[in-house]
Amino acid sequence: MHPWVTYDSTLRALERGETTCEQVTEGFLRTIADGTRLNAFLSVFNEKALDRARAIDRKRADGRAGRLAGMVIAVKDVLSMRNEKVTCASRILEEYVAPYDATVIERLLAEDAILIGKTNLDEFAMGSSTENSAFGPVLNPVDESRVPGGSSGGSCVAVAAGMAHTALGTDTGGSIRQPASFCGIVGLKPTYGRVSRYGLVALSSSFDQIGPFAANVTDAARVLQVIAGHDERDSTSAAVAVPDYSAALTGSCTGLKIGLPNEAFGEGLDAGVRAAVEAAIGRLRDRGAVIMPVSLPHVPYHISTYYILMTAEASSNLARYDGIRFGHRSAEARDLHDVYTASRSEGFGAEVKRRIMLGTYVLSAGYYDAYYRKAQKVRRLIQKDFFDAFASVDLIVMPTAPTTAFKIGEKAADPLTMYLSDIYTVSANLAGVPAISVPCGTADGMPVGVQFIGKQFDEATVLSAAFALEHGAS
Amino acid sequence: MLTATKAFCGCPNRFGDAPNSNVCPVCLGLPGTLPVLNRNLVEYIMRMGLATGCRITPRSILARKNYFYPDLPKGYQISQYEEPICVDGNLEIELEGGAKTTVRIKRIHMEEDAGKLIHDQGPQTLVDLNRCGTPLIEIVTEPDLRSPREAYHALILIRQMVTYLGICDGNMEEGSLRCDANVSIRLRGETALGTKTEVKNMNSFRNVERALEFEIQRQTDLVSSGGRVVQETLLWDADAGCAYPMRSKEEAHDYRYFPDPDLVPVLVDQAWERSVRDALPELPVPRRDRYERAFGLPRYDADVLTAERPVADYFEQTLTALQTLRPGDGAALAKPVSNWVMTDVLRVVAEEKVDVASFPIAPVRLAAMIGLILDGTISGKIAKDVFEAMLTSPAEPKAIVQERGLVQVSDGGAIAAIVEEVLTAHAAQVQQYLGGNERVFGFFVGETMKRMQGKGNPTMVNAVLKVRLAARKG
Repeated sequence: MHPWVTYDSTLRALERGETTCEQVTEGFLRTIADGTRLNAFLSVFNEKALDRARAIDRKRADGRAGRLAGMVIAVKDVLSMRNEKVTCASRILEEYVAPYDATVIERLLAEDAILIGKTNLDEFAMGSSTENSAFGPVLNPVDESRVPGGSSGGSCVAVAAGMAHTALGTDTGGSIRQPASFCGIVGLKPTYGRVSRYGLVALSSSFDQIGPFAANVTDAARVLQVIAGHDERDSTSAAVAVPDYSAALTGSCTGLKIGLPNEAFGEGLDAGVRAAVEAAIGRLRDRGAVIMPVSLPHVPYHISTYYILMTAEASSNLARYDGIRFGHRSAEARDLHDVYTASRSEGFGAEVKRRIMLGTYVLSAGYYDAYYRKAQKVRRLIQKDFFDAFASVDLIVMPTAPTTAFKIGEKAADPLTMYLSDIYTVSANLAGVPAISVPCGTADGMPVGVQFIGKQFDEATVLSAAFALEHGAS
Repeated sequence: MLTATKAFCGCPNRFGDAPNSNVCPVCLGLPGTLPVLNRNLVEYIMRMGLATGCRITPRSILARKNYFYPDLPKGYQISQYEEPICVDGNLEIELEGGAKTTVRIKRIHMEEDAGKLIHDQGPQTLVDLNRCGTPLIEIVTEPDLRSPREAYHALILIRQMVTYLGICDGNMEEGSLRCDANVSIRLRGETALGTKTEVKNMNSFRNVERALEFEIQRQTDLVSSGGRVVQETLLWDADAGCAYPMRSKEEAHDYRYFPDPDLVPVLVDQAWERSVRDALPELPVPRRDRYERAFGLPRYDADVLTAERPVADYFEQTLTALQTLRPGDGAALAKPVSNWVMTDVLRVVAEEKVDVASFPIAPVRLAAMIGLILDGTISGKIAKDVFEAMLTSPAEPKAIVQERGLVQVSDGGAIAAIVEEVLTAHAAQVQQYLGGNERVFGFFVGETMKRMQGKGNPTMVNAVLKVRLAARKG
């Protein structure tokens, strides 16, 4: 039996009076304590979470509890919570405490969710395995010799190992969907602009999106329902109406037009993953979905375009960690120049330094046109590929990742191979469209995820297809 | 800029508060915060752009200028680079003697200011971030200025325009108007520009002129003695009267500009542009011309009155109020009002360092007082006393005149009686006068006025004295 706990099961037990929010929270806290070897959490809100659970029990008794009353949620440690640390799994922010709540945190609290702790990740969300954390790697609960994927590995494992109902992750190039695929749960990256980024410590501002991990599609939809919507504190958040996502979860996919890009089923795709994904597509076809070929001609350029733009933005976003006002300051520094170089040399890990250097390079005078500007142009072509494809289909389907979860240490020495594990996920970030990874079977005993990519702001259709696959079509 | 709040957050945009009191997570650049552009800043910069004949870019871009400095908490300044909001304008400046020249404006862009380093409070350098994120506009001219004097006039005109437009107080000493000047020289007849240097740190209009004179001389001496100008940045030292080069390390910047992904393009549609254009106030040069044309004022008066918008506004409000009191007099009232504003109001403004806009004598009261002169109630001399009294009393001038018994004596009999007393008491002076020394006439006027506590109608006093002295002659 799976270790995870769905919110539905908790809700039913709460409604029947068989449990309380306090007991539910205690249960998760016990699982967290028993599973510390997985290293999923960087901080756990023991007493604070229990206090809140008791308060919500009282609200439930009074009949004035919010839409997520009793849902226990873990939060990736890149999101600001008032008076809590935000480490980004980096030495440089090890002691930094945020003075304000991220918009998503405000919204979850307003609906009476119980936040249980902050989860481990690749430092500053840079990585695909959660091996780059300054506080040690996270283990995959399905096979503890394997990585859980990344960068939101801690949040993913929190849900997969039954340490929370749901979790918030962030997805810049696949950091929600790829771990969801590796651990066998649901992970949703909303449309760029659907969820406010205010309070999310930026990796790459034009790609980052906050989204949920959940044991099932229904719970993912519930969380999205609450966190989605315009926020005046984020200029890039869209003033687009948020539909009722639960209404989209009908279980039917009859007549749904699903595009299959040949480019995503070529070289580098593991045979077991391919078989599982193709089988899932077959089940959807059997249930009335119309599968048709589409073309995404610029797929060969997705990874390079993504890594140029992402590192460029990251190099600038991470400039504020300078040892002046907050964060680590080197004890060795003798002058201003030292404060910068020594603090940053000591505070950042290898992958962060690599990306800062790459990003600084592609923005430098003399290289800007060849790298950054060209990559921006290619990004527009990629966006156009998606726009053209969506003229004829409702969704695009492809694997979430080319392989199942790999062994810890297997790719750590070779950043390029590691970057290629994002090959199917970066597309949705480049195009700014929503995408979900939903379990579709196993390969050699490890979970495989299939990815549905939708039109901008059409999370409803993405959720709908994932739900259909989850119910009956699987 | 005089916006109420900062460029990208809601903090007050105010000078002179306690250090680090006008700050918030956004302008402190705390992790996870996002900038939101102040709409009024866009409006203000459009005013300047439209007033100088610029084209407004319908879709302009905010960019990051990346560099490390302790007064810059994000490690980048938000500015505009490749697509500024205003381009291709011009300024027409007028030199001494009336010669005119046109200075082309290349671009006007908006940006945020950095904080301030404080070096003079002990051994440590302190950082005050109140100024961080306050809005600036930068006006870049083409190389059209040919002398320090032209640069001076261009700056004076810019100050006049920004104050007229109500977007900046134009105070160079406080740093609300700053100037960086590029200087190059070339042989007469040469068409290409020489190698330029940039001079910074001039904190007054006069110092800009001095610094440019210095730098032109330095370059001229250098080239005359066979040397070559090196492109570099120099800092003006007003006390030493010379400019010295910045350390090369401080200027060796590659700013790695790129579009800020946290901000959306600034979109200005025609309706917005039109509404800003329609709301532009009358600018200084047209206003000055109107004063000459419509009011028949001398050029000197028109220049003084329009030099600053609050003065011009004060003048016109006074004139309008006076014209209401004396509907038949029309433009003839302009000169008396001009005299009072230029000599008395501006004297007090300069002495007391008060704002014209909050001058203790409101335009309506000044108009009422000038009305009392024109209708013969008080003399111009008495009016000076009434004016002084009005500075500290809120009473209407008429009340002050009555309360203090300052009403002018125009009763011929009463005046004649005093004149007789004076002439009798000063027989020797009468003899001098009758002997041809007409200069003692002023003495009799003075003595008469003294005995009348200054209230004698001056015209009548003169006339009566003339008649009575003539009678003694005969």
